[in-house]
Amino acid sequence: MEIFHPKKDIPFMSYGKLTTFISLVTFLVAVFFLFSRGLHFGVDFTGGTVLEVQYAQAPNLNVVREDVQKLGYTEVAVQTFGTSRDVMIRLPLSKSANAAKQSEQVLALLKAKDASATLKRVEFVGPQVGQELVSSGLIAIGLVCVGIIIYLAIRFEWKFAVSAIIANMHDVVIILGCFAFFQWEFNLTVLAAVLAVLGYSVNESVVVFDRIRENFRKARNKTVTEIIDNAITTTMSRTILTHLSTQLMVTSMLFLGGEVLHNFALALTIGILFGIYSSVLVASPLLLMFGVKREDFIKPKKSEVEHALP
Amino acid sequence: MNRFPLWKNLMIGLFLLAGLLYTLPNLFGEAPAVQVSPLKATAKVDEAMLAKVEQTLTAAHVAYNGLELETNGAKVRFADTETQLKAKDILQNAFGDSYVAALNLVPNTPNWLRSMGGHPMFLGLDLRGGVHFMLELDMKAAIDKTMEGHARDIRMTLKDRKIRYVNVVRDTDTTTVKFRDSDALEAAFPVLKAKLTGIGLSKSTDGGEFRIIAKLSPEELTAVRKAAVEQNIATLRSRVNELGVSEPIIQQQGADRIVVQLPGVQDTAKAKDLIGRTAALEVRMVVADWRSPDVMEAALKGDLPPNTVLVDDNEPYNPFKKLLLKGDVELTGDNIEKADPSFDSRSGQPAVSIKLDSVGADIFKQLTRENVGKTMAMVLIDRGRAEVITAPRINEEIGGGQVQISGAMSPQEAGDVALLLRSGSLAAPMHIVEERTIGPSLGKENISRGFHSTWVGFALVTLLMVVYYRVFGVISVASLAVNVLLLVALLSLLQATLTLPGIAAIALALGMAIDSNVLINERIREELRAGNAPQIAISEGYKHAWATIIDSNVTTLIVGLMLMIFGTGPVRGFAVVHCLGILTSMFSAVLVSRGLVNLIYGGRKKLKTLSI
Repeated sequence: MEIFHPKKDIPFMSYGKLTTFISLVTFLVAVFFLFSRGLHFGVDFTGGTVLEVQYAQAPNLNVVREDVQKLGYTEVAVQTFGTSRDVMIRLPLSKSANAAKQSEQVLALLKAKDASATLKRVEFVGPQVGQELVSSGLIAIGLVCVGIIIYLAIRFEWKFAVSAIIANMHDVVIILGCFAFFQWEFNLTVLAAVLAVLGYSVNESVVVFDRIRENFRKARNKTVTEIIDNAITTTMSRTILTHLSTQLMVTSMLFLGGEVLHNFALALTIGILFGIYSSVLVASPLLLMFGVKREDFIKPKKSEVEHALP
Repeated sequence: MNRFPLWKNLMIGLFLLAGLLYTLPNLFGEAPAVQVSPLKATAKVDEAMLAKVEQTLTAAHVAYNGLELETNGAKVRFADTETQLKAKDILQNAFGDSYVAALNLVPNTPNWLRSMGGHPMFLGLDLRGGVHFMLELDMKAAIDKTMEGHARDIRMTLKDRKIRYVNVVRDTDTTTVKFRDSDALEAAFPVLKAKLTGIGLSKSTDGGEFRIIAKLSPEELTAVRKAAVEQNIATLRSRVNELGVSEPIIQQQGADRIVVQLPGVQDTAKAKDLIGRTAALEVRMVVADWRSPDVMEAALKGDLPPNTVLVDDNEPYNPFKKLLLKGDVELTGDNIEKADPSFDSRSGQPAVSIKLDSVGADIFKQLTRENVGKTMAMVLIDRGRAEVITAPRINEEIGGGQVQISGAMSPQEAGDVALLLRSGSLAAPMHIVEERTIGPSLGKENISRGFHSTWVGFALVTLLMVVYYRVFGVISVASLAVNVLLLVALLSLLQATLTLPGIAAIALALGMAIDSNVLINERIREELRAGNAPQIAISEGYKHAWATIIDSNVTTLIVGLMLMIFGTGPVRGFAVVHCLGILTSMFSAVLVSRGLVNLIYGGRKKLKTLSI
């Protein structure tokens, strides 16, 4: 069985202007939402307390909210998740020294109101820890980029390295933009997914680049555009199948993995969709734009030049 | 011909066998158990203890399934949790207070497997349920406390040698001793130099004042910080032991943080209370009490005599609710050898009996000898608050190091205080900067959801591959299955902590590992299309795909390694499994699948078509 088997190479590069325009627009839209709406950071990054409580019967959320507010918290978020019996309560960071005690206070109160309330999960993150997690996350992203650039520059050429990184950061920004637009919670697990996408997306670009390099060495009489078109077309079948199988895994996580893995899988899904697009239609046009040529891989032989001399 | 040399086939076989062997422990499940361990590290864990466990259980007619001795105690397995609970109470009673019997779950791994290092995967708290705390030390307090100790030593030494001094003044990181004349200064300097080894001393005669200044150097400050973390970890260990938690994790993180993980603990309030409390005992001399109201009233208004402090006192007969104490601490809880809850023999009130160690007993003896007729105060500093527990008048010299403190305490409080004093004091107060509690039901749910989604995903990928590539699809799926096997085996062998993001990484590793197989299969198809004979197409396909596989995996590995180094919590849990998954996938996708292809097609001379 074959899904994708064209007789001729598809002239991807001739759509270059259009695809670059589309990605520029999506990129700018993502950046816009990132700034206008901002990310809905989880407690990992903002600091604060999150409690998950399970009731025997679905409680009235407004009552729960008022009860918790009576303890002196102004910004309390109370919502159900999964089922109507599971309630998540989010408390803002308190300045007092015993912020770690908040969860006990709240739970004691909820238990007093309804004895069936059982604690499923508590997360408390102090303000300093939250900031540290943000900075270590940013450092991780930065170093991942540097590492990839260095490796690709050594294995291929700097033009490849730079195109790949731009294409991948484009994916990352779009994922973040989606999270900002829908106000999905952005926590450490999602950060792990975003970073995994970074690796996944590079992987994708590398496969196409590898074929471009091979074509340069093999086909001497083709233009650069033809070479890139051929590389994309021949790897297309593999691209579709690999993404399909990864997406099958991720979809399974999205629907069956539960609350924690849901947003993780969501980030990966967006990453995979845009990963295909960016590796084919962003990285390669960029490569063309940077002026990749055969001589980047095949050094002109010196002996020939010497013979030409009288 | 596509054939592997014998050594390659043998190597693949060996890896498969090892993979099977080390995955095996994960299939046996866990049995309820009780762990009996001594509270003191010095107590012996030996055959005699094991025999006692055996006798106790036999005498009580409790059936058990297994009994084993480990470095930190004895473990007994039971058929069900009901027997486990019953046995725990029986064992706790039989062994008494100096031992703790804790509920535990132990893997049912057979002995032969365990002797080869086979253990089930180590599950993180999000899969097991339990509490995770990150505590931050207050380093300023630790340094303060060290300086306080040095100041005390200086005073003691000078008194001992009968060298007269004006006063000892403590600042944040310096202590200054003032003398009346240069003779005293010169006499004191070598004495102090010999006594105080861990601190830099300098003489100063500026402005006609004769002073010795003790200052902590940067190295000493580092040493103090390091010692503070170490002491707090040791103290936490003994406190957690008394909580009866099996397999707690207590380790340093960064320069001034400690991570405490207590699997299975649900009562976080109690755990939090005991972990964070900094109960410390101090003995100070009383300067003024309610019998000198003038001084007290002045002091309450803020007019404190030099080197004195006001401390809460809740005795009903004290109208000021405060006592004026000397700033110098004569003795601290560090010199406590034993502390037990008891009752005061005269009043019948709950009390704590304390036995001091030899150094503490000497100090106490000297102190009481020199201060007959005066009043001293036992100050308990608990939860950041200092309070005078008792302030007795010294009637005579007290030797032997036996001290009793009693005051307004309930028997429960006396027990807690004794526990805190016994487990040693914390070198510096700590506060919780991060807490994550996962209920046991959520842990189980996370495991089942994580694995369920992995299996469903695996089944879907299998379907896709077999339909799309037929025999080569089957080969790809087989090598993917080997990948799972090796990954689980590796995780079990390394005992890397598996968390929910780790399970996600397993799932993702499978989705991505199939990429290598797809690359190979597509390449073989291409070679066939180019008109190559099947055998040549296979070897060429693998050869060309290999270069791509290396490049794409190395870039992914770079990402994984960065996450492992710079990530924390869930990110690191993900990264570790991710990296291991990349390594196993390269092995299985390239070597195992090639081995299978060779096995099926490699020997056929007249191979016309490939099922791909």
